[in-house]
Amino acid sequence: MARAEEGAGVGQLRRRPRVWPGDLRDLGQTYGAAAALALLILYNAVFTDRFLTTDSVYVNLTQVAPIVIVAMGMTLVIATGGIDLSVGSLMAISGALAPLIFQRDIPLAVALAFVLPVLATGVFGLFNGVLVTRFGFQPIIATLVLFIAGRGIAQVVTNGELQPFRNPAFQYIGLGRVLGVPFQALLMLAIFAVVAWTVRTTRFGRYLLAIGGNEAAARLAGVPVNRVKLAVYGASGLLAGIAGLIVIAINSSSDANQVGLNLELAAIAAVAVGGTPLTGGRATVTGTLIGALILQLLRFTLLSHGVPDAVALVVQAVIIVAAVFLQRQRQT
Amino acid sequence: MATTTAPARSPARARLAGIVQGQGALIALVLLVLFGALRYDNFLSSYNVTSFLANNAKFGLIALGMTFVIMTGGIDLSVGAVAALASVVAAMVSDRGPVVGVAVTVLVGVVIGLVNGSLVAWGRLQPFIVTLAMLLAARGLALTVAGNQSVSVDFDSGFTALGTTTLLNLAAPIWIFAVAYLLGVLVLGRTPFSRHVLAVGDNEETARLMGLPVERVKLLVYAMSGGLAGMAGVLLAAQYGAGQPAEGVGWELTAIAAVVVGGTLLTGGLGSVAGTLWGVLLLGLIFNVLNFENGRGVISLSPYWQAIILGAFLLVVVLLQNRLAARQG
Repeated sequence: MARAEEGAGVGQLRRRPRVWPGDLRDLGQTYGAAAALALLILYNAVFTDRFLTTDSVYVNLTQVAPIVIVAMGMTLVIATGGIDLSVGSLMAISGALAPLIFQRDIPLAVALAFVLPVLATGVFGLFNGVLVTRFGFQPIIATLVLFIAGRGIAQVVTNGELQPFRNPAFQYIGLGRVLGVPFQALLMLAIFAVVAWTVRTTRFGRYLLAIGGNEAAARLAGVPVNRVKLAVYGASGLLAGIAGLIVIAINSSSDANQVGLNLELAAIAAVAVGGTPLTGGRATVTGTLIGALILQLLRFTLLSHGVPDAVALVVQAVIIVAAVFLQRQRQT
Repeated sequence: MATTTAPARSPARARLAGIVQGQGALIALVLLVLFGALRYDNFLSSYNVTSFLANNAKFGLIALGMTFVIMTGGIDLSVGAVAALASVVAAMVSDRGPVVGVAVTVLVGVVIGLVNGSLVAWGRLQPFIVTLAMLLAARGLALTVAGNQSVSVDFDSGFTALGTTTLLNLAAPIWIFAVAYLLGVLVLGRTPFSRHVLAVGDNEETARLMGLPVERVKLLVYAMSGGLAGMAGVLLAAQYGAGQPAEGVGWELTAIAAVVVGGTLLTGGLGSVAGTLWGVLLLGLIFNVLNFENGRGVISLSPYWQAIILGAFLLVVVLLQNRLAARQG
């Protein structure tokens, strides 16, 4: 990995590596996004019929949960200065594997259907990490390999056919309610809490940001760069696997051609709107959650006011650029 | 994304590594052609060769624009969606004939590219995010303008000649493909513009200190990429007889794969237009060979295997390139 150290160019010298989260700039960014979210909620509360009902809140949470879960892993990867394009394809893989397992007549079939597909995508995530750390692949190319091949794997496993199913025990992950609250919304919050805690308080979290800030310096300072990166890509794979299970549980079917399609873009957009720069070195996990909620609520608002989905895409694009532009202004 | 940047090599060494990397794709291409020619009867038939080239022309155009963008250290994720939007625009103006059709459509592509370029050059936003947003916007525009369905072209105005006319037995898309790369090679090899592009990609600060118009160079490469994606949209509409707002999903990533296979570094500063041409042909040829292999009836691979093989191939090529680069550097 001597290449990376030599490659620390002018751009990297100019960037001030930040290790501690929570200084003023970070707060400003988080609150900027939070203020936008609050405005969106306020607008809907006043102008959208039946917005403040548990039904519509749960619909939004249910729809956003897979994106948030994937975006949590993406935040970690981007914090190290990487990117993970393979997450959508990995969702298709876990979605293709799970029905093959719980439809078998074996003991603990449902439990295995939760564990094995997620482990499999975790291993694929580690594969991404190995390409990046041991073989010096640029993250975008390393994960492009599985972006292309991953969906092919899912399609070959299922022969490209739709797998419909009905299995209440398995589908609890997508349809279950805990005290009336959708299970995947709670799962999403739990994952968010773990990731936020990890970045904020653990040594691993500081390593992560140090690597993204200046990899060569982090290496010299004794940070186990390769191990941290491996863990990050592995985590992103695991989380994509979980999101894939949720999506097929909601749909009561698994379609390898559709599960997770374009989700890598949605997750990257959420991270960017949330205020984590794609250059790495900083991570605002709360920001990512808020970013995903903003994009979800924006689409919901436009759709519920009769704006077609295609036009909503254009508005989303404008919001993404505007959000990144405002954050850039604040940084300089 | 700058975790593994290019090692700081001397220019001479960089050029040597560049040649080796570029030739690697060419060598693989020649070997695959030889393999196909010896194994399958009609592999080198004029029908197979011309339809292969005509089908890959639009990918070639997109990859050409992507090459220049990547040489500046940028990326253009919007090209697939822009091609889809352009195919819709081309279909809508196709009743005015081929000249107007091409002019209007390419102009739309260039304008989109200028928006991308302005946001990157003067807005100082990351190319990845800017062009990701443009991907969404162009897709949304394409679907809105087309009303969520494909738009038929006018078959009486001569527009479809852009897809079907032949000259010396070669269809128009092949000529467009060839002329684009000829111009690409000349621009890259013979003008100061190419050196500016590579200088910006190699080290932006240095390029600025040398007095190069960094912003204008960036603006130009994104405009070129947009214009070429527009032209790819024209071919899409002309070859299939309809503007297709939902087409082009993932084309940007295939183009990036072709550029990388061709030996252009994603970090910028080193690249080869000819290499990209070999990369495009190589990736396309894999599918062609698989089709022939299926035709022999010995094995029967579903189309889904193609994605896996393409991914594995990309993996192997980049592995070999990294090896070569390590040995060179």
